Amino acid sequence: MSIKEVFHRFKQERIAFISFIFLVMLSVVAIFAPFIVPYDPNQQDLVNVLANPSLSHWLGTDNLGKDIFSQVMMGTRTAIQASIFAILIPLFIGVPLGIMAGYIGGLVDDIFMRIIDAIMAIPGILLALGITAALGISLWNAMIAIGIVSIPQFARLARGQTLQIRTEPYVEAAKISGAGPLWTMYKHIIPNILPPILVQASVNISFAVLTETSLSFLGMGAQSPQISWGSMIEQAYSLINLNPWLIVYPGIATALTVMAGNFVGDGLRVAIDPKLKG
Amino acid sequence: MFTKYLLRRLIYVIPTLLITTFVVFSLILLIPGDPVVALLGENATPEKIAQLQEQMGLNKPIIIQYGDWLLNAVQGDLGRSLFTGEPVFDAVIGRLGVTLQLVVISTIISVSFGMLFAVISVYFPNNLLDYLARFVSIVGASFPNFWIAMLLVILFSLHLGWFPSTGFTNITDNPGGFLKTVMLPAISLGAIGIAVITRHLRSSLLEVMESDYVRTAYSKGNSRWKAIFSHGLRNAMLPVVTTIGIGFGNAIGGTVVIETIFAIPGVGQLAVNAILQRDFMILQGVILILIMLVIIINFITDIIYAILDPRIEY
Repeated sequence: MSIKEVFHRFKQERIAFISFIFLVMLSVVAIFAPFIVPYDPNQQDLVNVLANPSLSHWLGTDNLGKDIFSQVMMGTRTAIQASIFAILIPLFIGVPLGIMAGYIGGLVDDIFMRIIDAIMAIPGILLALGITAALGISLWNAMIAIGIVSIPQFARLARGQTLQIRTEPYVEAAKISGAGPLWTMYKHIIPNILPPILVQASVNISFAVLTETSLSFLGMGAQSPQISWGSMIEQAYSLINLNPWLIVYPGIATALTVMAGNFVGDGLRVAIDPKLKG
Repeated sequence: MFTKYLLRRLIYVIPTLLITTFVVFSLILLIPGDPVVALLGENATPEKIAQLQEQMGLNKPIIIQYGDWLLNAVQGDLGRSLFTGEPVFDAVIGRLGVTLQLVVISTIISVSFGMLFAVISVYFPNNLLDYLARFVSIVGASFPNFWIAMLLVILFSLHLGWFPSTGFTNITDNPGGFLKTVMLPAISLGAIGIAVITRHLRSSLLEVMESDYVRTAYSKGNSRWKAIFSHGLRNAMLPVVTTIGIGFGNAIGGTVVIETIFAIPGVGQLAVNAILQRDFMILQGVILILIMLVIIINFITDIIYAILDPRIEY
């Protein structure tokens, strides 16, 4: 199974491929948001409050005349940042732990799995809330918390995959021919467990975005002037009598991103293992 | 035999309890700097600082601190609120009932709607209803629960005026009022559960409908409807039991957000207020008790699964 083959099959999963392109576009927006926003998202314009969508304000303005479209774009940045944290932290902490546990096996593995299972019993949002509150309320700490909460999922997956691959003939052969554990992990195990980890990473975007917006909604994430779709929804709620549409835009942005993460995950799963299709 | 199985499962729970309680305890270690000063603020009197230091036993080794903390926790002593001085245990337990009522109703909603959508989708394959059910199963899990809550409020409270947008009535005080106040929060909380159960049960049902015994049921002249209900659903529900358990846990986590929106005086709202007031003891207490609840639910789910699945040997 080459990467080319996987990519070819992934391209045929139409919804997944479109979602992938959507996520790439979001990332581009996230990177360049401060330079490409039509208005400074925190710039008040008291002449143009609660304006309807128009050519100059694509999604209208809020009660202080701030441009909604620019805010949604800046919110993209926060959501993508949270997703990156939620992938990188478990990738560099959870995956190595999981590989080691699976490779060593025995009692170490038993204890490791007990710990992972126990932590996974804790509802993610509660743990994230606890960690954020302890570290101190800030967007940065909320993202760290989301990353930490994602660790067990990745560790568990890496461990399961390692257990499977550890007994494959080519790994046994490498071991017999004198390859040390680190070399075996680097050369044989990591490349082979990468595809399912990639699926998990993509699905985890959904968890990250939903948790980030929830924390920001509660005031535990983005702090003004930082902008998150969650805090946008929170502010819009006080204006529902004036303009209920203000809730709709950040909500749809959140949902589209969450769906895209899930679709890419599903598509990747099928592309990696075509037997799953159907 | 069954008692033995039950006992073995119970012993299994012990490490889970120890590990999760340790996680909750160790949250305090994440507080940067001197936790006592961080918790009480810069202007705290030396007596107050000394008192809290004493209460938390911060000069002892971590594992001893944890042991002491756990020993107290088992006896229902979770410390005192840094804000009101009220015992944490009383504050949390006093509000747990409200949260439980909300979570139970939301689980009932997700299970019944999840089953409904899954059955409709399998009974009318590739029909408009099927597509609708599949759409719900994707969309319901993609929107934040607080966003769904707001849409429901806009539609059913502000426009139609059917349900109040905030507040809560206990079921024991007034069952009618309870239903009115619990409906919107429970639906928002259960939306993700509806989606997940629909998706899971649908694929499980589709698989079961291909099996030999369902084909036999057909060949004996049973209708499609009867095949789904008397043969399919019973067996397809089995793997979904676990999903329902997980959904219950998620709903418990979701109360933090939903109770805040609807101003419901449960433990979720207590947790959020505790964070805003920097009352770490209360937050820790809420998280601890909610996790205990999740572990109990997981245990019950395991047992139900074992009872339902005759293949599991005790």
